[in-house]
Amino acid sequence: MKQAVSFFDVWKIRQDFPILSENVGGKPLVYFDNAASSQVPKVVIERISKYLSQEHANIHRGVHYLSQKATNSYEAARERVKRFINARDPSECIFVRGCTEAINLVAYSFGKAFIQEGDEILITQMEHHANLVPWQVVAEERKAKLKIIPMNENGELILEEYESLLSERTKIIAITHVSNALGTINPIKEMIKIAHKFNIPVCVDGAQAVPHLKVDVQDLDADFYAFSGHKVFAPTGIGVLYGKKEWLEKMPPYQTGGGMIRRVTFEKTKYAAIPEKFEAGTPPIMPAIGLGAAIDYLDSIDFNAACEYEKELLEYATKSLCEIEGVRIIGNAREKASVISFVIDGIHPHDIGTILDKYGIAIRAGHHCAQPVMDFYNVPATARVSLAFYNTKEEIDKLVEAVKKTIEIFS
Amino acid sequence: MSELNELYQQVILDHNKNPRNFREIENADRTAEGNNPLCGDQLKLYLRLNGEIIEDISFIGSGCAISKASASMMTQAVKGKSIKEAEKLFEEFHKMVTGKMDVEVEENHLGKLKVFAGVLEFPARVKCASLSWHTLRAALNNEKTASTE
Ligand SMILES: Cc1ncc(COP(=O)(O)O)c(C=O)c1O
Repeated sequence: MKQAVSFFDVWKIRQDFPILSENVGGKPLVYFDNAASSQVPKVVIERISKYLSQEHANIHRGVHYLSQKATNSYEAARERVKRFINARDPSECIFVRGCTEAINLVAYSFGKAFIQEGDEILITQMEHHANLVPWQVVAEERKAKLKIIPMNENGELILEEYESLLSERTKIIAITHVSNALGTINPIKEMIKIAHKFNIPVCVDGAQAVPHLKVDVQDLDADFYAFSGHKVFAPTGIGVLYGKKEWLEKMPPYQTGGGMIRRVTFEKTKYAAIPEKFEAGTPPIMPAIGLGAAIDYLDSIDFNAACEYEKELLEYATKSLCEIEGVRIIGNAREKASVISFVIDGIHPHDIGTILDKYGIAIRAGHHCAQPVMDFYNVPATARVSLAFYNTKEEIDKLVEAVKKTIEIFS
Repeated sequence: MSELNELYQQVILDHNKNPRNFREIENADRTAEGNNPLCGDQLKLYLRLNGEIIEDISFIGSGCAISKASASMMTQAVKGKSIKEAEKLFEEFHKMVTGKMDVEVEENHLGKLKVFAGVLEFPARVKCASLSWHTLRAALNNEKTASTE
């Protein structure tokens, strides 16, 4: 039975994002840098504005009205995050500054508790530096070994190699759900299942997954799952670390100070329970409330239809770019999110980026904080187009025209 | 699109395609590496000195059109010049691309290098244009690396 695809009205959706009607350098903005940061819908902007004008105060420490209100809003945002990723309990959702901080927290705290000399940490060849460097540092500090799950020419992890890398020395596996440089969607559910056969926990970098896929941490059975608010239509300054209670409770705090204690004397401090144990100091209250509002926004639209629409855009953009002579797409995994890295013979990605910018088209040019991926493909950098559900085929047509113009300038 | 034409002038496109002095120098007196960590532009500079004179200079590496053309034209500009003259050119070039000197008004020795005045309109690209110059200065100061960070 063929399922009815619900209609997705992109023009209506675009009305929700004020910035999409801006001009840059006299040209209508075409925003294709969503993998770096996505744009923010009006409802989120309004929610933040309301918080700042009517509810702003520090949380968890005031008996006064405003502090109570701010606390309620902050905790309500946590509840929304819990629903968004289907965590068992809100206390498993720790608010941090971003995905980078979330992974640093796990690497530091898990490393301190569970990684010893001679142990092994497994990551993949396609990690963002955020899911690479923290593990490298922990490995160095604990005298453990960092091992790499390789990928093939299409940008897909080689699962046979993955299995053969697992051993009783492996203490944790860190994998990106979706590659920010290649768009590859990794089969993390399957990979987690395999890891769990060896009782190895898995830390998933979900920064690029949450904007494009419905994520269910219980269904995936992820031990840790990290993402940033600013890539899912919320402001910067907020991220989430989901962790299974049984792990988080055994891990030492990452930072210490106020807000994370139960009782302090000069001799000894007793820490608070999770999530507060991992939220030392005044947290990013306003951005957290913004994230809560962004999740409400995603609930208010037909997210499944948005995902289907994005797939269509991805196919259209891939096909259109491939048809241009000289353009080569880097990363051709079978399962991809709407991220397209490409290079053009004889033209450096930065020159492409500068020229497209003059046409109002924002893309990313560079190594995308994934230098090992660039090394693998033997390119110094790529140009990257990353799409969101508010982008249109018309915008992709403009991109194609501008890319052709770029080639012309350099011919 | 006149700004684009200003930036990607024919001279720059030509030097990008056919960079001059694009080779290694064996037994170089000085070498230095330049990195632009943001973009991944990389170049290595080779110098042969004869007293105070830059007798030969060359580079290898990869980068965008702006950084490559700038390196190519920099080597042409300083070859045969004294270290002092090269340093003076560095200063003038730096002033030009950071908007501290109007090359059409103030007296200078930039000559052909004036084509890089266009990067002023592209703040993100100033580092690309100046990378080779920073690397030159590092080499003259006997430092091994230069970075635009
Ligand atoms: C896959 C991936 N992981 C981690 C990060 C880091 O996120 P943030 O800079 O928000 O901490 C990014 C963002 O660029 C990313 O794409």
